[in-house]
Amino acid sequence: MADRVGIEVSVALGDAVKQANVDVVAAYPITPQTHIVEHLAELVANGELDAAYIPVESEHSAMSACLGSAAAGARTFTATAGQGLELMHEVLYVASSMRLPVVMAVANRALSSPLSVWGDHSDVMAVRDTGWIQIFTENGQEVVDHVFCAFRIAEDNKVLLPVMIHLDGFHLSHVIEPITFPEQSKVDKFLPINKYPLPLHPDKPVTMGDFAPPIIYPEAKWAQEVNLRASKETVLKCWQEFGKIFGHKYQPVESYKAEKAKTLLLTMGSFSETAMTAIDKMRGAGRDVGLVRLRLWRPFPFEELRQAVAGAETLIVVDRALSFGGPGGPVCSEVKAALYGEAKKPKIVSFVSGIGGRDISPDDFETIINKGITISEKGSPNEFEIFGVRE
Amino acid sequence: MQNYGVYVPRLVTKKEPFAPGHRACIGCGEVLAVRLACKALGQNVIIANATGCMEIVSSPLPTTSWKVPWIHTLFENSAAVASGIESGLKIMMKKGRIAQQDIKVIAMAGDGGTSDIGLQALSGALERGHNFVYICFDNEAYMNTGIQRSSSTPYGAATTTSPAGKVSIGQVSWKKNMPAIAAAHNIPYVATACPSYPFDLMEKVEKAAATPGPAYVHILSVCPTGWRCPTDLSVKLGRLAVETGIFPLYEVEDGKYTLNFDFPKLKPVTAYMKLQGRFRHLSEDIIEKIQQRVTADYAELKEKAVEG
Repeated sequence: MADRVGIEVSVALGDAVKQANVDVVAAYPITPQTHIVEHLAELVANGELDAAYIPVESEHSAMSACLGSAAAGARTFTATAGQGLELMHEVLYVASSMRLPVVMAVANRALSSPLSVWGDHSDVMAVRDTGWIQIFTENGQEVVDHVFCAFRIAEDNKVLLPVMIHLDGFHLSHVIEPITFPEQSKVDKFLPINKYPLPLHPDKPVTMGDFAPPIIYPEAKWAQEVNLRASKETVLKCWQEFGKIFGHKYQPVESYKAEKAKTLLLTMGSFSETAMTAIDKMRGAGRDVGLVRLRLWRPFPFEELRQAVAGAETLIVVDRALSFGGPGGPVCSEVKAALYGEAKKPKIVSFVSGIGGRDISPDDFETIINKGITISEKGSPNEFEIFGVRE
Repeated sequence: MQNYGVYVPRLVTKKEPFAPGHRACIGCGEVLAVRLACKALGQNVIIANATGCMEIVSSPLPTTSWKVPWIHTLFENSAAVASGIESGLKIMMKKGRIAQQDIKVIAMAGDGGTSDIGLQALSGALERGHNFVYICFDNEAYMNTGIQRSSSTPYGAATTTSPAGKVSIGQVSWKKNMPAIAAAHNIPYVATACPSYPFDLMEKVEKAAATPGPAYVHILSVCPTGWRCPTDLSVKLGRLAVETGIFPLYEVEDGKYTLNFDFPKLKPVTAYMKLQGRFRHLSEDIIEKIQQRVTADYAELKEKAVEG
């Protein structure tokens, strides 16, 4: 294995995409994703990456070009954030419904208005139901690793679904971290050339993207649902093999000092690492607390989540997005839904924090946990709380 | 040439990449244009089709009218999808993943998908210089959704969203000049065509496909359903559109204009308009206004063609 190098995560992501020997990159600039596509453009310009770089005129066209390129059988990558992801919205459904294995990195960003280029998960939550496999990363190494995993999962002929790699805008995309890049020969072995089963080609004409009358639409959608659920098996197998070859192990739900903890904190994305610091400190002070992190957002890991929180009395979920007028943070909603039918389940407390790039410090997490325990014991008139907001 | 009209059709391929049995309306000029274009393009193409009449009539799951590779995704993005296909093919050929082969990528859309909602994606793809042909099948309104006006609807035409009323003449804006917009991108080939002139149409589509780089072909497609005219008048109306100077057939090759059909004297616009219900409410004043505009536009085009 190669040496560890200090490198900006966006640049590392670009380098990983190069190692994945991508064929087509179609992208439009948007903060905080720009460094990724800038680096890819540079690699292509210098002849270090043999790929077609399409500098499209919008994110809508970025994803549309990706549809075309993936349908032609090319390994296809794009990256976006925030408003860009929302502009792609309708195209995202087409990518998954037409089984086109596009890989996209999303440097998660808040949504306008007011305009904010800073990070949160509002953009992801708006595209939750687009049928993509969605994976959250916590640090630069995970981002790099998941470039390889994402292509492998997406292009697996059992799956053939697009994959989003989520990395928090700025908090992760713009930091410099020590990252180990795998040897190229190992990547090539792990990630063979894309063999899309029915590419657009005159040798074997196919019609893609028919319209469906009511007599067949539900069946088409059901097939898609079955396919996305079944993709979890391939995701697990991919992570297992990746762990064997490269030594980094991944799970749909990952726990940190959570065993037999009375109180659990649940997070998603790079803030999980900050939360770990808080957990370490509280554990050091003899507190009975642990952390559960969601890595696989879609398909949702129901079983793994139930197991991870089975013994806890209180589960405090920290969201980085708002579901306006709804039951609280979107992740908390999902967690509640997953646990509703369980005979024994923890009390669930919902916090929303860190939106629009506002920091959450380890001390903040400690305060959230303490507050969560109090709410769990005494109840609260609110469905959820926005932590640290000045009312 | 003597008996040109008898001799030439025999040279046209009998192969039909666009199969019969589709669901287009009786007298549809657009589907005729698609059929002719496909004959001209042959087998070595990949088509990216926008949402619209041609997609709906040709692809009810699980059937298809397309004997060539064809993809439909959304309404406004056919040029972007085509640019992805073109780039994908090119790099895969370069990397030796697929055999070197001359495969032409075609984007097609209606006038709404071109001059309104798809204009940005089209402009982007033309500007980036992809090696593809964009064909706009212009039936002058959103016919698939029920005859709503687009920016390509002619002045004075009644549609369901530009109805003629006590205080309205129908469409109050002049038809957007899409071929001029395409030509303004300095692409190597722009042409207008009409299936009423089938050999001219096929020749232009072939020429567009043989052009390295982006090419744009704008095809007037008579729509009896939306134009409120008898279904047996499609071909005649296409001819009248050209003979009145309303829709001149021309090419712009590397910026050089050629008027393909010129007439010693243009027919009056009424010859074209009186056959269509969408213009029947128009007063003589308005028709005169249209006549003046058509005459002026035609003269301007002719001047460009003379200048070369």
